[in-house]
Amino acid sequence: MRILALAGRRLVTSLPTLVVLLIGLFLLLQFAPGDTVDALMAQIGGGDPAAAVELRRFYGLDLSVSVRLGHYLARLATFDLGYSAIYGKPVAEVIAERLPATLLLMGSSLAFAFSIGLALGVFAARRVGEWPDTVLSTLGLVFYATPSFWFGLMGIVLFAVDLGWVPAGGLEDLGAGLTGFARVVDVAHHLVLPVATLALIFLATYLRIMRASMLEVMTLDFVRTARAKGLSETVVLTRHVLRNALLPMVTLIGLQTGTMLGGSVVVESVFALPGLGRLAYESVVQRDLNTLLGIVFVSALLVVAVNFLVDLLCARLDPRIAA
Amino acid sequence: MRFFRLFLARPASLIGLVLFLVVLAMALGADQFYPGDPLDLAGRPLQWPLADGRFPLGTDVQGRDIAAVLFHGARVTLGIGVVATVIAMAIGIAVGAFAGFYGGGVDEVLMRVTEAFQTLPNFLLLLVLIAVFGSDITTVTVAIGVVSWPASARLTRSEFQSLRSREFVQAARVLGMRDVGIIFREVLPNALPPVLVYASVVMAVAILLESALAFLNLSDPNVASWGNLIGAGRAVLRTQWYVSAIPGLAILATVLAVSLIGQGLNDALNPRLRDRT
Amino acid sequence: MTEPLLSVRDLTVALPPGGDRRHALDAVSLDLRPGEIHCVVGESGSGKSMTATAIMGLLAPTLTVEGGRILFRGRDLREVDERGLRRIRGREIGMIFQEPMTALNPLHTIGDQIAEMFRAHTDLRASEIAGRVEKLLADVHIPDPKAAARAYPHELSGGQRQRAMIAMALALEPSVLIADEPTTALDVTTQAQILSLIRELQDRTGAAVLFITHDFGVVAEIADRVSVMQHGRVVEHGTAEAVLDRPKHPYTRALIAAVPSTVPPKRAARIAPGETLLEVEGAGKTYRTGSLFGRRKRVVRAVDDVTLTLERGRTLGIVGESGSGKSTLARMIVRLIDPDHGAVRIGDVDLASLSRRELREQSRRVQMVFQDPHASLNPRRRAGDLVAQGLVVHGMARAEALDRARRLFALVGLDPNGIDRFPHEFSGGQRQRIGLARALALEPSVLVADEPVSALDVSVQAQILELFERLKRELGLTMVFITHDLRVAAQICDRIAVMKNGRVVEVGDAAEVFAHPRHDYTRTLLAAVPGCHWTPDLGDAVTPFPVRREVYA
Repeated sequence: MRILALAGRRLVTSLPTLVVLLIGLFLLLQFAPGDTVDALMAQIGGGDPAAAVELRRFYGLDLSVSVRLGHYLARLATFDLGYSAIYGKPVAEVIAERLPATLLLMGSSLAFAFSIGLALGVFAARRVGEWPDTVLSTLGLVFYATPSFWFGLMGIVLFAVDLGWVPAGGLEDLGAGLTGFARVVDVAHHLVLPVATLALIFLATYLRIMRASMLEVMTLDFVRTARAKGLSETVVLTRHVLRNALLPMVTLIGLQTGTMLGGSVVVESVFALPGLGRLAYESVVQRDLNTLLGIVFVSALLVVAVNFLVDLLCARLDPRIAA
Repeated sequence: MRFFRLFLARPASLIGLVLFLVVLAMALGADQFYPGDPLDLAGRPLQWPLADGRFPLGTDVQGRDIAAVLFHGARVTLGIGVVATVIAMAIGIAVGAFAGFYGGGVDEVLMRVTEAFQTLPNFLLLLVLIAVFGSDITTVTVAIGVVSWPASARLTRSEFQSLRSREFVQAARVLGMRDVGIIFREVLPNALPPVLVYASVVMAVAILLESALAFLNLSDPNVASWGNLIGAGRAVLRTQWYVSAIPGLAILATVLAVSLIGQGLNDALNPRLRDRT
Repeated sequence: MTEPLLSVRDLTVALPPGGDRRHALDAVSLDLRPGEIHCVVGESGSGKSMTATAIMGLLAPTLTVEGGRILFRGRDLREVDERGLRRIRGREIGMIFQEPMTALNPLHTIGDQIAEMFRAHTDLRASEIAGRVEKLLADVHIPDPKAAARAYPHELSGGQRQRAMIAMALALEPSVLIADEPTTALDVTTQAQILSLIRELQDRTGAAVLFITHDFGVVAEIADRVSVMQHGRVVEHGTAEAVLDRPKHPYTRALIAAVPSTVPPKRAARIAPGETLLEVEGAGKTYRTGSLFGRRKRVVRAVDDVTLTLERGRTLGIVGESGSGKSTLARMIVRLIDPDHGAVRIGDVDLASLSRRELREQSRRVQMVFQDPHASLNPRRRAGDLVAQGLVVHGMARAEALDRARRLFALVGLDPNGIDRFPHEFSGGQRQRIGLARALALEPSVLVADEPVSALDVSVQAQILELFERLKRELGLTMVFITHDLRVAAQICDRIAVMKNGRVVEVGDAAEVFAHPRHDYTRTLLAAVPGCHWTPDLGDAVTPFPVRREVYA
């Protein structure tokens, strides 16, 4: 009950943020030189001005900015994201087709980065100053400094081209027409490299934070109390250190959702995955601003949603929150 | 002085510093070593490194000297990194300082804006800005700066919040100092060190953002950029993988250098933490 | 004499190289007998807490035991392996700490943390453990044991947390209880309750208690035996009576002489009632928490309709426990906090009604000395600048202001050449002197001092109080002195105002308030002062730590 009330409150306060964000973005897009119609005309190799005027009227681009903003916000409230002139169907539909691949990629990467980062962080903290710690910390720094698209490309060269262990791109083998479990295995096989690529930087971050957090918590008074109680080292670690050290890690998930979405733009284009990130990239290239704005809106919703869940989790872990 | 001794005492910071100086030397010496436009055709395309003595790092698809692109790219990378970082830190410190010092309504409004920026994936916002304002190098640099400030604003804010209530700030107020004096003479010098250390993180991210943009061919096509070269190498990835591999290593080394320096500074600032580990 | 239960013999602990001395503990020996409370007393850095930590085998990894023995029931704990030590910790030797808030894990309930003792050392079933936990909480007189067991540490008050901590330490009825400054973080009335609780439980269980403290009042209150530590050595030990009343070692004598008496000194000629300089009238400050979406709103009247007056040249002590509103009141007088209503008049000006700009011009009327010698000086400014700062702000040329700073340094007993140094180069007592010089630079009509000696060791505290006394005499200072320590208040104040829950419950001349308190709460406070029936009397032979020009750290 306490947790739900808290999370609800957070959700309510994030609504104004969302509205401010959308208005800002919409106004920003008004600065754009050339609109969808220009892009469309360019794509079909130019056309007569009369057709352009006609098209503008069709897409409602001839109205004043404030009217269009009003329309836009009103439509957003009903999840109507407008029409994509490039794809020839509603933006919501385009996004809905692409969303699952991105969610799958992000979810898997997050799970991978969080669990491995956590485990390695604990391990490094236990061996602080010894060689395993030095090796892990150095590797963490190197991973953190590696551009993900480059890591992806090198992964393709090594694991797909040279060794032939995994496919070089795509979400699944469409030609094989697999169903059921076989299809799941196929998708997983395709996702190994993209997930590793996207997760790399985050794994490095989680490793570093977990290590620092563990070391910090181990100096706190209550850990000394736990030792003075005669508890075994395992109990001290699991019951007293670990749970407290986890708090900053969980907060980090919320902060990094946005970064991860950004990272998926690059990773999806490297591995030719039909996801939201790649769609964002395509809509920038094709000047499909309606779609771009739609993606931004959905991404912002996603970030808000993840942060909502993170808040719930934090409140669950830490009784002091909202006391 | 003690600070620099502490900084240089760690081999990691030393490595970072040396790496950084190498990249800096490459950037500064680019015109001396490789005069002329590095994007011009220099020789037969796709020669492997060391295959021809004139091209120690080989040539790419369009016959450009990879070494020349590497040297000139260092200039672009560092330039964008530094300027974008300065922009991001300036916005971040200003916003954070006012929000943290005054609290209340000012804080509420500024933090809503910061939150709005943080709710938006920064790479997506970068794409929007590029789509709207174009992708010449100035726009790209400013855009990277504009999407990178929220975290430093939050950090500055929390520093200010904790310092604001410190007794020496209260003492300054009791002595009759003005807010401006208190902010700039009392609080800021104490808040700045951790914030400046954080600038290394901002710079590392800025360099990575630029390289990703260039890789996607969304950055300025008229300047020699490491990311761009990697993107161009994709077409021949299966056979001439070195075209993508070499500039990637350069990015890695530069970002690593910046991170190592940042961590060294951080450890030198907090010797207590260093001793603990 | 019974055999000692725990016997520390020549315990020597090395400090990591580069410290200010080679040994943290230097051949420390002490004996702890069953049924006895043995106080280890000393100032900060004396090694008293480290002795406790070393006995538990919980020293930080950077510290190594170089020699000596820790005999517990005849067994040398230094030779027991980690497994064996774990069986002894908690079950045979229990420990309680200074800060119960940080010493308890914030993420587990009180009951769960106590139950952990049983889970670690016994085979009791969960249902039995729950019963035992409840009984333990009842034993330490926590009002609602069932609810307390379900509560998280942050949901209890400081005193209740410490009770829970004690319940936990005594869960398995250990034969030795080590208490490391267990009442230092608590208010004086709560301290009195915890001390009597420890006494009561010790009487009932017959445990031996090793009690670490810096406070001779606490020693006088509960000790059977005393060991006095200085610089990692035990300089004197004996029965409480012997050490307290007939101290032999010069350090012990000086320490005891530095403890302020609860009897106000007879002031020479009482100053005739003079003109009223400071007048606080109906001042109040209310805090409301909880926002629009908040759950229940809370209204706290931090300062509730306070009226006080202070005559020129006199010192008004405001005493009270934490949360009494005394610090809020101090900050209202200097307008660091804006009062909701009421007036703060100094001379003919009502500070409470001034705008920010007008207030800046009036800052010569009132200045403040702060509590924390580490937080109250900007670490990035030179000491001279800190003192000259106010003068410069009010238009004096820097050179002239620095010259003034030199003279002020001399006035507060610091070497004038120290003005070029940074705050971290000074000791805690010296920093308080700098803070005092800074406040005096503007020659304020009224000086507000907010717990100016609370963060200091007793020997340094005596010197700073001495300084305040001298400045009062020489400069005719008019001062508002905030303190939680009634002993300090008795020594420095002419008048006393006792605050509770934001209200002044009693005001009067110091001698009168201490000798004949009228309000119940004042009586409770006075009775709670540890060792209030013990008045150190060493004759006039000992001067506590004569003020000399201190050497810079």
